[in-house]
Amino acid sequence: MSNNQRPEIGSTISIQKSTFDTILIHLREAGYQTLGPRVKNDTLVYEHIETLDQLPQGYITEQDAGRFRLVHTGHNRYFDIIPGAQSWKQFLFPPRVDLFALQKKGKNWEMLTPPQDKLSYAFIGVRACEMAAIQIQDKAFLREDFNDPVYRARRQKVFILAVNCLHPAGTCFCASMETGPRVKEGFDISITELDDVFLLTIGSELARDILADIPFELASAFLLNNAERGIEHASQDMGRSLNTDDLPEMILNNLDNPYWQEIAKRCLSCTNCTQVCPTCFCWDTLDQMNLSGSETHRERVWDSCFNPGYSYQAGGNTRPTISSRYRQWLSHKMGTWKQQYGTFGCVGCGRCITWCPAEIDLTREISALRKETQK
Amino acid sequence: MTTPQLIRPAAIHPDHLLEPCWAEVTAITTEIKGVSTYWFKFADRVIQSTYTFLPGQFNMVYIPGFGEAAISISSDPIDHATLGHTIRFAGNVTHAVSRLKVGDVLGLRGPFGTSWPMKELEGKDIFIACGGIGLPPLRPAIYHIIRNREKYGKVTVLYGARVPDDLMYTDEYEAWRKAGIDIEVTVDRGDANWSGRVGVVPMWFYQFRMDPHKTAILTCGPEIMIRFVIYEALARRIPVDNIFVSLERNMKCGQGSCGHCQLGPYFICKDGPVFRFDALQPFFNVEEF
Repeated sequence: MSNNQRPEIGSTISIQKSTFDTILIHLREAGYQTLGPRVKNDTLVYEHIETLDQLPQGYITEQDAGRFRLVHTGHNRYFDIIPGAQSWKQFLFPPRVDLFALQKKGKNWEMLTPPQDKLSYAFIGVRACEMAAIQIQDKAFLREDFNDPVYRARRQKVFILAVNCLHPAGTCFCASMETGPRVKEGFDISITELDDVFLLTIGSELARDILADIPFELASAFLLNNAERGIEHASQDMGRSLNTDDLPEMILNNLDNPYWQEIAKRCLSCTNCTQVCPTCFCWDTLDQMNLSGSETHRERVWDSCFNPGYSYQAGGNTRPTISSRYRQWLSHKMGTWKQQYGTFGCVGCGRCITWCPAEIDLTREISALRKETQK
Repeated sequence: MTTPQLIRPAAIHPDHLLEPCWAEVTAITTEIKGVSTYWFKFADRVIQSTYTFLPGQFNMVYIPGFGEAAISISSDPIDHATLGHTIRFAGNVTHAVSRLKVGDVLGLRGPFGTSWPMKELEGKDIFIACGGIGLPPLRPAIYHIIRNREKYGKVTVLYGARVPDDLMYTDEYEAWRKAGIDIEVTVDRGDANWSGRVGVVPMWFYQFRMDPHKTAILTCGPEIMIRFVIYEALARRIPVDNIFVSLERNMKCGQGSCGHCQLGPYFICKDGPVFRFDALQPFFNVEEF
């Protein structure tokens, strides 16, 4: 039974894959820039997409500590990849954004505030871990006492088409962090991709509008069961796992453990892990002045607790050693973040493992630290 | 964490939280070599008339082209006519400040952070232990005590500087003493004319009688001094919830967003800079945390 009614919120429908392009068209007609994963320079990036066939159909990603390979296996699914270094963070919390520009007028400075962001993004293919990461960044940027204007302007307009993962990669551990592989909440639409059809769960009124006139069927027990088994299988198929039972205490009670020095022997303090992390929110400001000193513009840029200058001040550097910086990063992610925002700062996406040039794997480091403490 | 600041800061743009509010330098007081107090007045009349702060709070001071630095307010909290910041020329922003002249314009955001718990301290003896540039964040508290002298017990300020020429606010000591505050100074190294104490702040604690049941310690200064002040205070059985510490870290936003000033679960800019010591105790002895 095919029908052209609008599906209800909370319902799950099946659509033919060939109709997916119409959803993208509807989104663009509604003013959204449609962004999704694309193959570029042998890796995956999040960029503008027009049609379904621009998605990485037939690819999987092989991921391990310090290793990422895009492999074409020729399967027929569009959403079977696990993302690359990029995350959606770059659109909501841009790596570089103008705060304001100043022009000297006599003794005073004239402030030129950049125009309010007009962009509306539709994120196509947000993984459960990435959805959780967005919700974690919401807590950091949309507080009652600090409501970040740049983040808010972008975040409130974003359309999220999320994906339930069926084939996790070698560095995935969202099941341990309880953020995936099923997308729990916060989406407009969530997709489970089966061989023949897409199953869509409707999360918002907006989604109902976007899906208007797209032929669908209510999902049958057979299809729902298939999807269910796929997600269940995925949760058993994680490349990594992490025991979080004794966290954050195990880390916070062992800030003086000599094992931090062991990690520091391998860590290059290169900041890769913080740049690929979808929850890392630290930023710095930069003033760029012209030579005559009459104009300056102030930018906000991503910063990292691994940068030596991060905690530098006139009185000295709070964290001059790599061991203190790695400890800051891990004890924040898996420790004090919970006290600050009520969740871990880690969603188990595995990016920091995959993109670490020294192959440092936080799941192994935490296990190793735990063993040290039991000695 | 002491008294959280729930009132919206006066000098902050309602939508653009990182934009400075402009202020003019109305006067400059040279305190010692390399440290001056800058007196500001906001250009915006509404901000100028509504701006208030509590002792211990700070502003983000912005010099276009150079950036922002977190500077505590060192003036009298009830004097609304002008706002004072005692600034040591140490980094690129503060060196840019050192080149300002009266009439120049700079940016301010604030006030941010927690304050010395002046209300909670009423009825107590207060022992202020500070070193170097740690005195300015306590001066508003001293002014508050002087104005409300009858509400507090014995009040002692033990202040240390490297050399006699580095002692700040010396022309005010007489007035503080007259108002019933015992101000005691020490220097790390004396000079030909110095006949006072020589030695770091914590080593003089033994000269002061403190009743552990009614004394509160307020301390600010170099981290190493703070550490030993706390050892001395704890050795005198001062309870951890009667010790208050003001800390300093690199800060970019002042509002708990940029991440730089984290100390364990705290953002020093919003959960501090003034902490009750029991909040810091778990991390107190962890090096480089």
